[in-house]
Order: sequence, then structure tokens, then C-alpha cells
Amino acid sequence: MAHFTKATSVHDWVNQRLGIDTLRRVLATEYWIPKNINFLWAMGMVLAVTFALLFISGLFLLMYYQPNTHLAFDSVNDIIMRQVPYGWLFRDTHAVAASLVFLIIYIHMFTGIYYGSYKNGREMIWISGMLLYVTFSAEAFSGYMLPWGQLSYWAGTVITDLFSLGSLHTAGLVEWIRGGYTPGQAFLSRFFALHVVLLPLAVIGLIGLHFGALRIPHVNNQDGEEIDFEAEAKKYKSGDKKGSKVIAFSNDFMSKDLFIVSIYLIFFFYLVIFHNGFALDPINFVPADPMHTPASVEPEWYFLWSYDILRGFSKNPGLIAFAFAQGIFFFLPFLDRSPNATPASKRGIFFIWFWLLVIDMTALTIMGKLPPEGGYRTTGIVFAYIFIGLWIVFPFITKLEKKVTGR
Amino acid sequence: MRGFISLIIIIIFTSVTYYFIGPVAHSIEGGAKVTDSHFSYADIPALKLQGNVAKGKALVMGAGACVGCHSIEVAGIKPSMSPDVAAKAYGVMPPDLSNAGIIYSPKFLAAYIADPVHAMKLGSKFNAQTGKTFPMPAFAGAGGNKQQEIADMVAYLKSIAISKNKLTPKLAFEDSCGRCHAVRYEKWTQIGSTPKFKNKKQKLAFELKVADYQDSLHKYLGSLPPDLSTIVESKTDHFINTFVQNPQNHIKGTAMPRVGITADTAKKVMAYLEKSGNPTQAERESLGKDIMIYLVIMAIFAFLWKQTVWKDLH
Amino acid sequence: MGKDRRWFMGKAFGAVATVGAVASLYGMKKTWDPLASVTAAGFTTLDMTKYKKYNHLYIEQWRGKPIFIIRKSPKMVKEMNSSSNKYKKQDEDRDIFIAGSHFLVCIGICTHLGCIPNYRPQDDNFLCPCHGAMYDFSGEVTKPPAPRGFDIPPFKREGNKLVLGLDSPEYQKLVKEHATLNKA
Repeated sequence: MAHFTKATSVHDWVNQRLGIDTLRRVLATEYWIPKNINFLWAMGMVLAVTFALLFISGLFLLMYYQPNTHLAFDSVNDIIMRQVPYGWLFRDTHAVAASLVFLIIYIHMFTGIYYGSYKNGREMIWISGMLLYVTFSAEAFSGYMLPWGQLSYWAGTVITDLFSLGSLHTAGLVEWIRGGYTPGQAFLSRFFALHVVLLPLAVIGLIGLHFGALRIPHVNNQDGEEIDFEAEAKKYKSGDKKGSKVIAFSNDFMSKDLFIVSIYLIFFFYLVIFHNGFALDPINFVPADPMHTPASVEPEWYFLWSYDILRGFSKNPGLIAFAFAQGIFFFLPFLDRSPNATPASKRGIFFIWFWLLVIDMTALTIMGKLPPEGGYRTTGIVFAYIFIGLWIVFPFITKLEKKVTGR
Repeated sequence: MRGFISLIIIIIFTSVTYYFIGPVAHSIEGGAKVTDSHFSYADIPALKLQGNVAKGKALVMGAGACVGCHSIEVAGIKPSMSPDVAAKAYGVMPPDLSNAGIIYSPKFLAAYIADPVHAMKLGSKFNAQTGKTFPMPAFAGAGGNKQQEIADMVAYLKSIAISKNKLTPKLAFEDSCGRCHAVRYEKWTQIGSTPKFKNKKQKLAFELKVADYQDSLHKYLGSLPPDLSTIVESKTDHFINTFVQNPQNHIKGTAMPRVGITADTAKKVMAYLEKSGNPTQAERESLGKDIMIYLVIMAIFAFLWKQTVWKDLH
Repeated sequence: MGKDRRWFMGKAFGAVATVGAVASLYGMKKTWDPLASVTAAGFTTLDMTKYKKYNHLYIEQWRGKPIFIIRKSPKMVKEMNSSSNKYKKQDEDRDIFIAGSHFLVCIGICTHLGCIPNYRPQDDNFLCPCHGAMYDFSGEVTKPPAPRGFDIPPFKREGNKLVLGLDSPEYQKLVKEHATLNKA
């Protein structure tokens, strides 16, 4: 039994039992962050806020949504959108947040790649982040099944058809995933369960791992500088805040972060209220009709780049290329053979590789939206090959990188 | 500085992506552009003849044979069959003519009476090859000048119809579209508004009538016309307007007739559909303004706090 | 100096953020309110001329709850008015005279713990199967553990009809006389 003394205050009582003072020091007031960072370093908190918005709006939607194939569509578009006070606000917030979260995830991811925040001790942050990307993708997909509109039904059909695994013709697997021959009640209910319980729990757990993996290596900085956190913290604590190279998470980093979050919220709610069309596909405002496929069924914008890789090739190669595209990012820390954890601008050919990757994935996103005919098809295939090519050369070009010395 | 450059780069990539997967993709997919002719029905000649209301009434009630199939509630002529029975005979309930004079463009009415199939642009469905005949026959004339007789009947219909400002969006929709299209969010079925039911049997009996009617409609048209509850969310205003003006423009061979409504009627129909699919627009705009003002204020305070904290750090 | 300003701005920002949070909570509270379609459906009209049988329990519905209606026979009315009626005042207070007859109109839920009591026409009283509470044919409690007589739904008299769900001075008078809790 540990030693407990008579408490001098409520704070002291709680602190003796839960160690909140130590927690506060480690996670907030003495969690040292480099000073040489820019607004991109706030994307983590922007993501956390967006996830909180998704969770809260989702919770209120859950109070009126009916996961029954006969009732789902009207529970969303009649009850929630037309009758529940502020129901429309919760629904539109949820839809816009689900779309914007991916924009921020991509910004956050590419910031990490650019500044080398995936290597030299930070591999677990990268891997847990990639797991979060995959989990959010599953969460988004299961989410837009729920309104049971035409897009829900046909996207559900197409994505589950992927699991027939090309020439392997594993129809049994497809039926097992669906719980039936076509997407129906069993399909809707199970994706509802995934979307509401399992995947959010996975996200929360992975966020914990992501934050935990960050604590020891500390946050990176925009110069790739190796900072002696102990020394700089001493400087800070002795009063030389201006001279120190670090700041405390709370309130220094937080005050800047929250300011950036406030700006983000203006942009966010502007979209929710006045311009949410990009997040709500018109096709999904038609109730699901198993007997009639709409003229064009396309994935959400954030899936378009890998969708274009999938359809660029014929069936089996397409599936393999698709799996490659999904998985290759996980291996980034291990494929990178260079010792440098510095911004790409200092890494010579890596800088070019980075921008080629960004431009290529943007191009794939755009091509993914266009009809796969003629010139568009060819262009899409070219960009798909460029994507694969970039990853194949990556270990070689990083091996050739010279070590960056000095600041 | 680097932060600023990063922000510009992000804005550029996001805008380019948005622009190409939004507007550009839509214009590529969208197919032929259909121009909005604002319900002018340019292919129909203007109605120049002056109609005589009394003569028109005599024709409508008599030689014109309109009341053989059509009810005119405002003139005391009740429907001879209930909607589900009428649909079994004709495929659809013949419309009541009380407001035909205000809902339809007069020149369209005249062209319709003279040749319904041509006016509705359904020639590909009702012709000698398909062998299908439209339930309403073309007016063959009652012995006198056919064009004058038509003008008289149109004049009579206009005289009994309600005035433009009394035509509500609900009435405009029900008379123009309601015999084929249901709007469940506004409790509208093709046979009328859903009443309050006292017990389960009443509910089932009504639903049976609706199902019967919808069956007949399906057989008559080839498919059941879609429920329009959320149409304003799934289709643009431009599409709906140009579609109503001439359905063949968007869906060649469709069984939906050119309805021939006036621009004012169309505006009211849109208002009704907006109320069904997007009734919270006013609240959205007013609350939205308040939310934006609040968020700007909060951002200002966040900035001021950040300033004071960072004064010591730079 | 800087520290005080920092502290103040921090609290000011916190206050502004709290305003937003409170407004959001208020919005969330409203989201839980019964929908307009539910409150609109909260009215039941009773045509009191329909209940012709004497001493027969008619059951209608109001807001999902059972409504007991009993048309009191002349013999029952005499019993109610008799000076030997232990509950004469309560019975007369909660009696509703409409369409030429005296009626019991009440919410058919035991005021103890919410079960629906059974009416015994041969004994002219109610017995609740759950814990044995009893009520007379005017709805007044005659045997515990029920703490009070049947509650009466808010009503407005419209000719020979009662509209349940609407408040009226007549109903408020019943509330004041302690014939019912205020259900309006």
C-alpha cells in the first residue's frame, strides 16, 4: 500500500490518488515542442476537433436514424432533415466533416512525408497514422451506406464485389460479407454496427497510440534540427523563453493551435451552412433501387486516386495495383534508405520525388472522376504507372542521398 | 514565411482538385446542354382567336364531350369513377378541369384539345406502329369552325378557374403533377392526400387503393413515376425546369408528357417541391449568419490570446 | 504585466468559447424535444353521445395512454350524491356532466406505479391487479396503495364533444379542487 497523507485540499486529495500533477507536467505544461514550426503543425489538433464534430453530430443522428432498409432513407431525409430541430445542422455537419477530415488527413500525411517525420524514431507515429487513415476510410464507407440511397446501395454492391478477388471468383466471400446475395438488411445492420461501435473505438484507440508514439520522439520541426530538449527546457524554465528553442504544449502550442482551429471552424461552418453540395452526392437523395443502377456511380473524392489505379488496369492486375497503392505507404519508413530526417528542400532528389508524388496523386484524383474513355483512360493509366514507378525507384534514390550535415 | 508558402500551395492544390472534379467533370459528364426556354413553348402557335365563354360552356358540357370523362368540381360535375377505378380504365385518373384554365398555358390548352399526343410530345409512344391510342381523343369539331370552338372552350375553362393569386403551390402541384407523382413527405398520394386513419383497417383499405392505382399507372406508363419528395436535392433546378418544359429533352422516349403549364404555375410547383425536399432553407440562412458572426468573434479572441502568450516567446 | 494580460485574454477566449458551447448545448436540448408531428397528434376528440351503455367501461386512447369512460346510470348517480357516500365531495368534484349524462373520464393508469386497473361492473369499482389498489366508479381511490384517484386528462368541452389535450378553465378548476394533478 503506497503512502498517503492527509489531504490539504481537494486538488491534493485527487493528486495523491491519480497523479494529475505529474500527468499535467508530462502531457501539457512540460511537454516540449520545438518553436520552429508553422501552421501545418496544427493539423493534428484540427483533425481531433473534426473527429469530435463527427462524434457529436453522429451521436445526435444516431438518436433518430433507423437502420432498417425500409425506414433508413426517410429517417434521414424526412425525420432528421425536415422535422428534428437542428437535425439538418447535425446531418450537414456530419457530411461535411466526413469529407473535410480526409482533406486534412492528406495535408497532415504529406506534411509528415515532406519533413521526414516518419523515420528515425518516429516510425510508430507513421504506422499508427496510416492505420488511422485506413480505419477512417472504412468508417467513411460504412457511413455512407447508412442513408440507403442509390449511392449507398450501388457503392456497397461494387465495393463488396471487389472481394470476388478477380479471377479467384470468391463469390462465397462476397455473399458472406453481405450476409446475402445482394446488399440488404443484414448488410445495412452490420455496417451500422461497424460504423457506430467498432470503428469509432478503433479510431479512439489508434489516436491514443498515435499520441503515445509521439511523446518520446517529440514533435519534429521545420528545419530538421536535432534539438536537445533537456537543455532547451532548462532555458525555458529558468525564464529565457525568448532564447529557448522549445515551447510548452500548454498554453504556448495550444494557444496557437486553437487560433488556427478557430479559423478552420469559420471555413468549416461556412461550408456546412452555405456550400455543402460537395459532401452530399445528389444520387444518394434517391432511395435505393436494386433494379436500377444510376448512370454514374463514383466513390467520394478522397477515394478517387486509388479508384483510378484500380480501374486503369484489367481485372486482376487492377486489384493487385489497388492493394499495392493502399499498402505501400505503410512501408515508407523502411523503404527510405537515407539517414536524413530533414525537410525535403534539403534532400535533393527526394524533393523532386515528393512533388511528383503529390502532383501524380492529384492527377489520379481528377482522372478518377472523369469517364474512363479514350484520352482520359490513357492519361489515367499513365498516372497509375507513374505512381507505381515512383515507389519502385524510391529505395534507390534515397540510398543515393548524401547525409545532410549542419543546420 | 514558409508557413505562408505552404498555405498558398495547399490552397492551389485543393482548388485545382475541386475545380476539376466538380464543375469540369460535370460539364464533361453532363451531356448535351439543354437551354431553358422559360415555358414559352415556341413550337406552339399563339392563340389568336377570341373565345366566347357561353358557347365554350355549351361545348364543354355537350358536343365537346369533355364531361364524359372529366369532372369539373367547381361547376358541380363530380367524377364518375373513383381514382383507382378510373386508372384501371384509362391508366390514369382524368384530371378535374376546374383549374385547367389557370394552370395550363392557353395556347397549349388549345393545341392539346386539337391534338393531345402532339401537344404532349408523346408521338413516339402513341402512333400507328405501336398501336397504342391515347385515352383522350383529339377534338374533331362540333360542326362549326373547329379552331373557334376550341378557343371558346379554352375561354370557358379560363372563366371558371381560380385567380392566379389564389393558386397555391400545393394546388399547382396537385393539379399539374399529382395524378402521377406521389410526394410522401407532404402526405400526397396519386389518389389524394393521406387522411387521418381511425384504425388499421381504414389504413389498409386506403393503401390498397393507392397500390391499385399505382399498378395501373405502372402498366400505362411502363414504370411508376418517381416520388418527388427529395427531387430538389437529387436534381438541379435547371434540370427540373427544363425537364418539365419538355421531358424528351432529357429522357428520350419517356412516357412523361410535356405538361404545358405556365411559368407561374411552374414557379409554384417548384416552391411546393422545395418545401418537401428542403424546408429548412430560411432557418439555415438566418442561423448560418449568426454562427458565422460568432465564429469570427471567437477567432478574434483566440488570436488575441495567442498574441499575448507568444509575446514572451518570439 | 504581460502575465496579467495573458491570463485575462485566456479567460476572455475561454468565455467566448463557453458561449458557443452553451449555445450548442441548447441546440442539442432542442433536438431532444418531441417532434412537431408528435405534439400535433396529442389531441383526441371524444363524441360523448357515442357512449350509450350504462356502467360499461369504454376505453379510448390519448397520447398513447388508455382513457377510461363510464356513463353513470341513474342508480349510480343517486349513489354518488347520497349522504352516505364516504367520498361524496371527491366524486362530485371529478364527475363530468356532458350530453345529458354523468361520466367518468380519466386516465386509466393506477396512480401507484402505473399498471392498468380492471373494472368490475358487478361491484361498480376498479381493482388494480398489481398491488390491490381500488377505485370507485367515479375514479376516486378507495383502497391503498394508490395515493390518489385517477388523473383526469386536460380537456375542453365543445358541445357534446370533449377534446382531450386542450386546457380549459373547467379543467383548471378540477386541478384546483385536487381532483387531478395538472396534466396540461
